Formats: sequence, C-alpha cells, structure tokens
Amino acid sequence: MDKVIFGDNQFFGVNHLSEERARQHMKKFKDIRNILNVLDYVNDIGIKTFMVTTYDKVEHICEHVKRNTARYKDFKINPCLPYAHKYANSVAANGILGTLKKYLGGNLLQSVSKGGVALAKKDFTKMMELLVDAELAMFKGVNIEAVFLQNVVTDLLLGLGMYDFFLSFSDYVKERYGAQPGFITMNMPLLVDVLEERNVENPLICSSINKINFRMSGGIDLYRTYLAGKNIQAIAMQVLAAGAINPEEAVEFIGSLNGVDAVLFGSSSPKHILDTKNLIEKYL
Amino acid sequence: MLNAGIIGIGKMGLSHCALLNAHPDIGNVAICDASRFQLAGLKKYTDFSCYTDYKKMIQEHELNLLFVATPSKFHCDMVLYALENNIHVFCEKPLSLSVQESKRMADLANEKGLVTQVGFHNRFIGTFQAVKRFIDQNLIGEVYHINGEAYGPVVIEEGAGTWRAVPEEGGGCLFDYVAHVINLMQYMVGSPEKVSGTILKKIYSKHVEDAAYSSFFYKNGITGQLSVNWSEETYRKMSTKVEVLGKKGKIVSDAQECQLYLKEDPQKEGFEKGWNSFWITDQTEPVWFNLRGEEYSAQIDYFIQKVKNNDLDNVNSFESSLETDKVIQILRADAEGRPCETDIMGESRESCSESALSNSFWMFLKKLIRSH
Repeated sequence: MDKVIFGDNQFFGVNHLSEERARQHMKKFKDIRNILNVLDYVNDIGIKTFMVTTYDKVEHICEHVKRNTARYKDFKINPCLPYAHKYANSVAANGILGTLKKYLGGNLLQSVSKGGVALAKKDFTKMMELLVDAELAMFKGVNIEAVFLQNVVTDLLLGLGMYDFFLSFSDYVKERYGAQPGFITMNMPLLVDVLEERNVENPLICSSINKINFRMSGGIDLYRTYLAGKNIQAIAMQVLAAGAINPEEAVEFIGSLNGVDAVLFGSSSPKHILDTKNLIEKYL
Repeated sequence: MLNAGIIGIGKMGLSHCALLNAHPDIGNVAICDASRFQLAGLKKYTDFSCYTDYKKMIQEHELNLLFVATPSKFHCDMVLYALENNIHVFCEKPLSLSVQESKRMADLANEKGLVTQVGFHNRFIGTFQAVKRFIDQNLIGEVYHINGEAYGPVVIEEGAGTWRAVPEEGGGCLFDYVAHVINLMQYMVGSPEKVSGTILKKIYSKHVEDAAYSSFFYKNGITGQLSVNWSEETYRKMSTKVEVLGKKGKIVSDAQECQLYLKEDPQKEGFEKGWNSFWITDQTEPVWFNLRGEEYSAQIDYFIQKVKNNDLDNVNSFESSLETDKVIQILRADAEGRPCETDIMGESRESCSESALSNSFWMFLKKLIRSH
C-alpha cells in the first residue's frame, strides 16, 4: 500500500470546519475539469492512490484515467461505498424499502430479477452484493486496489452487531473484484476486535488519528496500543483534525506512532498537496 | 445494566439502536417495528428481541428505558403506555403533533417522576453549546436579537410520496427543520411571547409547507427572525445557523464553527477584543462510540446517565419540548390568520388517537369549506 493516499472530500462540498469553504469548493469543482486538473497534478507528482466516494461525478474521473493510460500508469482508484447522502435522501423520499427497490432495480434486467428475488426472500447478503455491484459498475476498467465501506455503514453494522456482513463483504470484494476489503470507521479499536474474532485477516482500516483526540472513540491511548499490537493495515485520516493542527506537527505525530501505514488527506491547492506529501514521506 | 427498548427502526431508530447496543451501561435491547421486512433483517443478523406489538414488548421485557422513533402521530399513545409502566422515555422530535398531547405526556412523566428526553440533538453540538455558554457568561452583554435558520435538500421535487408530504402524519418542515431551529433558539434565549408575519410556503409539496419565515417577539424585548427552507438543494445536507446579537458583541455559529465578536477586551482568559473563533474540533467531548456525529452519541449517553441517577433535570425534557411545540402551533395559527396567544394550553380530555382524529376531522372540514 502507498504511504500517501489522496482523498476527495474537497471535491464535493465537505469541509469539517467551515460550511462556507465547503460551498466555495463545491462551486469550484462543479466543473469537472477543475477536479481533473487537480488529479492530473496529484498523479504527476507521484501520488498514485486516490480514495473516492461513489458519487456520480466519479464516472468522469474514471473515464479520464482510462483515456490517459500512459500518464496514469500505476494509478489506483479505491472506491468508498456507499455514497450515503444519495441513499439518505432517497430514504426520505421513498422509504427504506422503496430505496432498496430503486437501487437494486438498477438498469440491468438481470439485476432486476436478482434483486427482486433477493428482496422477496429477504436475502440481505445478496442485496449487499447487488448494491456493491451497482456502486462499482462505473469503475469498470480502472485499477482498483481496495474497496472501502464508508464509516456510516461500517459503524452502523458495528453498533448493531451485524458482524457477519463484514465477512460477507470481505469475501465478496476479494472474490468478485480481486480487491482488498477496507473499512472506514470512527471506532477503530472495537472494529479491530470484531474483525479479529471473525478472522478477517490483515484488514485495511481507515480511521481518524490525530494529535488532539478528535473522532477517536476509546481515546488516543487505546489507538496507540491497537496500532502497535494488532495485525492491521492502518490508514490515518483527519490527521490535521480539519485544519485545527499545524500540518508539520500533525504529520510528525502520526510518524511517532508505531503502526500507521498510510495517511489519507484531501486538498485543492497544489502547494498544500505537495507540502503534505513531502511531510508524509519525511515522517512516515 | 439497563434494558432498552426501541419502537420504530427507520433512520433514527436504527441509529439509536446501534448506539444503545454499543453502550457499556446497556444490557438487553428489544426492538419493535411495523415493517416486517426491516425486522426480518435485524432478526436474522442481530441478537435483538424483535416485536411488531409494542405493548407486548413492554410487557415481556423489563425495560428501564424506551426510545420512541416512529412517525410522530403515534408518539402519544406509545409514550403514555410506557410512562404508565414506569419506563423512562426518550422520544424523537417533535414530541407530538399537538400541544395538548405533548402536555399530557409531560404531565404524566412529572407525576410518575420519570426521566424524559426529546431528540433535539443540536443542544449536544459543541459549537452551539459554546454559544449558550457565551450568552450565559454575559460576554456579548444584553442580547437584543436572534436569527435562526436552517436550509437543506429534503423535498426538492414534486410528487414525493412519504409521510413527509401528509400534514396529518407530521409532514411539513414545521415539525422537522423548523422544530430544530425553534428549539435551538429557545435554548439560547427562551421562548417567544408572540410571533408575527409568519409565512408558511409550499414549494414542491402540495399539502405541507416546505419553508417557514417569521418574526419572534420575546418578553424581555428581544426580537428574533426565523428562516427555514428544506427545499434548498444548494445545501448538501441540513445546515443550521444561529446569530445572536448583544450590546457588547455578537455570536455567529453553525455546527462547525462558532465565531464570537467582542466590542471590548472582556479581561477573560481565552478571549480577546474583536473576532474569536472556536471550532467543533476543540469544542467536542470524546464519546464511547461514534456513528453519525458526536452529538447523537452524547445525547444518548446523557439520557442514560440521567436514568441511572434518576435525575429529572434534563435539558431536553418533555416539558422543554412542550415549549417548542407551542411555538410551532402559534406559527401555524399566525400563518392562517388565527389568533396566536402563547397561552394555548386548553385542557383536553380526549385520548391521543381521539385528539389526532378530531384534528384531522377539523382539517378535513376546513378544506371542504375552502373548496366550496
């Protein structure tokens, strides 16, 4: 796994500190060319892993990468699914069952019948597989190294105790897509315990890790112990705690922890991207 | 260990379910829902006891606390039944669709000495808590005006067909976005005595309001303005903001950032003349389990601790929520040109379902008269 992983929050209006800044980004990246320009830069300076939410615009990003195979040699796009707001908005308008019908329906006749059968039989594992397929359809032909489950789903399943889904998801992603299963979570230690118990080996786990203990359920000391002692591939996100910590201090702290394998960050400014990449390579 | 029950496993119910199940003070969790489809999934993959009849669930389990997260029109009967069985209740907002129902629930809870809470989670967001703290510390001096607003993309096209579009079922932004904003303004400066110039606007919905605008007048001379619109697709998700103006400064806050402007140096550590910024990252207390944001975890932990200590002093009690329901009712009255006194606590002897029924009957009658 690469040490430096580029994220995409800035491209679709997420900023954990300022809604105004999020809105400005949203305006800027409304034009897909502005996203592709940033991505070209990221690729050219040697960041070769891009973690991306499965929202509609990603289709254009995948097309761009496929069109420029030589330039984007070794470039990996790792999808994080599902794009929760899409489903949340649909649940508000159509209800849970209506949403399942809508998305399991898809465009393919085959998945209509498969989805219909799965719905009727209440085969939830099958539904999960169909939803994964629906979300990953647009990534066909690009290099996928890992498929991540978004924290809103990981942590919901974790809280509800629906642990078997983690194993089903892992198996499906490995078998069907030849990719590594990954999990984004706000509750890393608890998830590690559960995955260990279910024999999900050496999983990719992406969680908030930062100097100020922000979004680290269980606390920084527990994280320290798990990072050092457990058999996981750990990706640190929110290392700057949305800009609350000075970048050098933030990354230096990550480097001081034993067991962080990679850092995920997002930015729209070339200078900031390059600086952060250099810091990660210096300290990790 | 406390035993918990949850009625209604839609979006909020599921989230409560996960948080409760992961909470160290919670033992067994029982769930109840009318949808056999959702229940089947949970039955198959979790250890929860599953029910379709809430009374049976309450009778069969020794519940210490109950979460009610069904559509609002069902709240009253369920909550009263739980309270009668001496169970502490957390209810999703709005507490009910009428002030009379809310009052009956609040009264019974008081009579029984039970802990109650309503899911107005904004009061557990660090930046909004900071606003409240700064007002209480008199940092901005005498408050003279408050603006409360919320925008987001809930109903952005015509023809959506869920309960959100049906007035009798608690549809409309008044019971949703507006309730949150009113409750937050209430947290900061109390309840208005009078409202005026209320506009309830249908944008895409046919039968319910998608936006609400109004002016508030408070007893102590404070004024306020409400601006809420849930058909605003320029926002990615619900964005809530308050602005409080005082004679010595002002506070502007959303869920991420709280900015405090001070006219003079307050001679207080951590504050200076001019703009002071505080972010959610430094205003947030760690939680035991994080699902959709710290505030959802924090409000549940707060409720559990209140139940454990039998502490009835709750920031989001039914009684506090009743105040919010009153404002919702006078906003509707004002918009429809009816008198909107704040003292609208007519005693009702009807049962909850009867009062809901008679509400629908009057609405039906009104429509009939209008159409003729």
